[in-house]
Amino acid sequence: MSPVLSGVLQLLALVVALGLAYRPLGDHMVRVYTSPRHLRAEKWIYRAIGADPGAQMRRAAYLRGVLAFSAVSVLFLYLLQRLQGALPGSLGFSSISPDQAFDTAASFVANTNWQSYAGEQVMGHVVQTGGLAVQNFLSAAVGMAVAVALVRGFAASRTGELGNFWCDLVRGTVRILLPLSVIAALFLVACGAIQNFSGIHQVGQFTGGTQQWNGGAVASQEAIKELGTNGGGYFNANSAHPFENPTGLSNLFEIFLILVIPFALTRTFGRMVGSVRQGYALLATMLVFWLGFSALMMWTETAHQGSAFEIAGGATEGKETRFGIGGSSLFAVATTLTSTGAVNSFHSSFTGLGGGITLLGMQLGEIAPGGVGSGLYGMLIMALIAVFIAGLMVGRTPEYLGKKIGTRETRLAACYLLVTPALVLGLTAVAVALPTPPHSMANTGAHGFSEILYAYTSGANNNGSAFAGLNADTQWFNTTIGLAMLLGRFLPMVFVLALAGSLAEQKPVPATSGTLATHTPLFSGLLAAVVVVVAGLTYFPALALGPLAEGLAS
Amino acid sequence: MNTPVRNPVRRLWAALRALLVLTLVCGVLYPLAVTGAAQALMPDRAHGSEVTAEGRAVGSSLIGQRYDLPGGAPDLKWFQPRPSEGLGTNSRNTQYALLVSGASNLSGGNAELIHRVTAAKAAVVRDNSVPGHPVDPARVPADAVTSSGSGLDPDISPEYAQLQVRRVAARNHLDAGRVARLVERHTDGRLLGFIGEPRVNVLELNIALRQLVTGTN
Repeated sequence: MSPVLSGVLQLLALVVALGLAYRPLGDHMVRVYTSPRHLRAEKWIYRAIGADPGAQMRRAAYLRGVLAFSAVSVLFLYLLQRLQGALPGSLGFSSISPDQAFDTAASFVANTNWQSYAGEQVMGHVVQTGGLAVQNFLSAAVGMAVAVALVRGFAASRTGELGNFWCDLVRGTVRILLPLSVIAALFLVACGAIQNFSGIHQVGQFTGGTQQWNGGAVASQEAIKELGTNGGGYFNANSAHPFENPTGLSNLFEIFLILVIPFALTRTFGRMVGSVRQGYALLATMLVFWLGFSALMMWTETAHQGSAFEIAGGATEGKETRFGIGGSSLFAVATTLTSTGAVNSFHSSFTGLGGGITLLGMQLGEIAPGGVGSGLYGMLIMALIAVFIAGLMVGRTPEYLGKKIGTRETRLAACYLLVTPALVLGLTAVAVALPTPPHSMANTGAHGFSEILYAYTSGANNNGSAFAGLNADTQWFNTTIGLAMLLGRFLPMVFVLALAGSLAEQKPVPATSGTLATHTPLFSGLLAAVVVVVAGLTYFPALALGPLAEGLAS
Repeated sequence: MNTPVRNPVRRLWAALRALLVLTLVCGVLYPLAVTGAAQALMPDRAHGSEVTAEGRAVGSSLIGQRYDLPGGAPDLKWFQPRPSEGLGTNSRNTQYALLVSGASNLSGGNAELIHRVTAAKAAVVRDNSVPGHPVDPARVPADAVTSSGSGLDPDISPEYAQLQVRRVAARNHLDAGRVARLVERHTDGRLLGFIGEPRVNVLELNIALRQLVTGTN
């Protein structure tokens, strides 16, 4: 069997597995976010928080909950790293420097997991397991909560009520992420991922001498890292490390974990707004991008253009033998079309065009299927833009799911769309214009520019993967990428919740013969076209200077 | 409106309590439960799939290592893993000695990578050519001249393992056919025929080779 055919069959296996999980998981999430009953453990948690989970919140209260919880999380994670040297269970590692601790705290709370450190060299058990892995759960649960609040905004009729943030946060964590993570972690251990609390110890080698091993709660972190589309590796090599991702099977399973919640949320959305076909329309657009990008990536990496790869006879630099071109390409596409950023192969050593596909995947706004929660609300924003454009063509006030998309709603959607491009392009321009930041580049020319463009694209879109040759552990990059991650995460949430509140105050208007049907293949196509046009108009010049120049020159 | 938590200080206090109680659930109970179950059900794997041979630990079946002479040059008696020469200089990897993982991150057009791949290819051709059987440079597989993503790749392609057979047989005074069969026995195919890539685990192959050399199998 050729490597390409095996890659295609693995893609089909993912389609089947995701298809089997789609309805049960999507329906489960509907129950989680709509059930009036609280579990006994949840009641105990609400008592500890001092919150009434039954109280309905309007947009301002919901937003204040999101921001307060995230601010406290950043501060807590920052202090945990700054105090590491004094904490037990830290493997003797010292405290993290202020700029790196800020960058890492912002990164994990913003569901980005950009890492300017090598995990096995600086982070002990307490920070990894009690700090970083905890935010893998909670940042994901916050993302889902905001998405569900927006969906409630579409479903509500003149109430303005969006649910209860504490209830959504706790239920998303306890009823969705935790049970799935336990199963996933044990599956990964069965494949060979490690799960222990050993210190740094020596193990003998074949020709004599020893190898130094780090222990750690790796499988339990790996599971939520993929499931919550986080991506922060226990080890520096992330999911390329055999202790994180030991076999071809664990690799396929991890890609499944990355994609399963974002895809299933379209079912949850459809059920909650009373028409599963509305969810299928979004799903169809997501699938077009995911399948198309996967096919393109396998093609560029198999064609292996680039001087070094042509001499070598294949683009295998930075790729593991057990995954090959197929498993590496599928992972790279899944991780950049979601907000994951875990890597099982190093994107900087992909072909010029292959690296461009990873960049473009993030620049589409990570909506195909996108991060947990953020993918759904990102795609819903694009849907509003699509009905707005369709409305302009026929001269009607646009509607979506019975809600009028007026000036206010369109303005909020447009603000959402402008945040990440402004951060990415603005900061990239400043970084390459200043004298010092370009010193961090490991490659020169077009690829060096791509390293910086990738860093800000990854940060502002909350992805976290990197063209990792760039030395990002400098005060400049730690600070600016840290700010890009926070603004790229929470400013869009402000607009999403404002939009949700505005929609929830409206009374639905009945559909007429003049209403644009948004559950049809025609609408899926329009939506895909809008996504491409928006990303293309925004990023084409930057892509032309980086990956396109590199890919076309080789 | 009707939110239970009204002023900013009380809201931040509620947020802190939420964070602490969820940290207890996700950062203490969850990893301990998974560790307990993993240690009870699959202790070997949870500890890193350690391999023992001749009564002592010789590494992990999941982690690559180097097979060098005391001076640091490759010991050509043994099957060689993927290159790691470039990885020692990027501060992120120590050529299989420490478990510090990472890749070169060099692009296809990078002059250093071009130089390194060219040099690695020449070395593979030189080392594996035996009298009467020169290695054709066009037949050197890509994994033999490129470093991996983790820098700890435990595997090589079956093609690269077969390419090393004549050299290994000559250095160990073994019949090439027997060594070739040894490689075949240690070649893992794709799971279910399509998941992952065919590969040879270098450590397990070398352990079997040593048994063949010492006649203990």
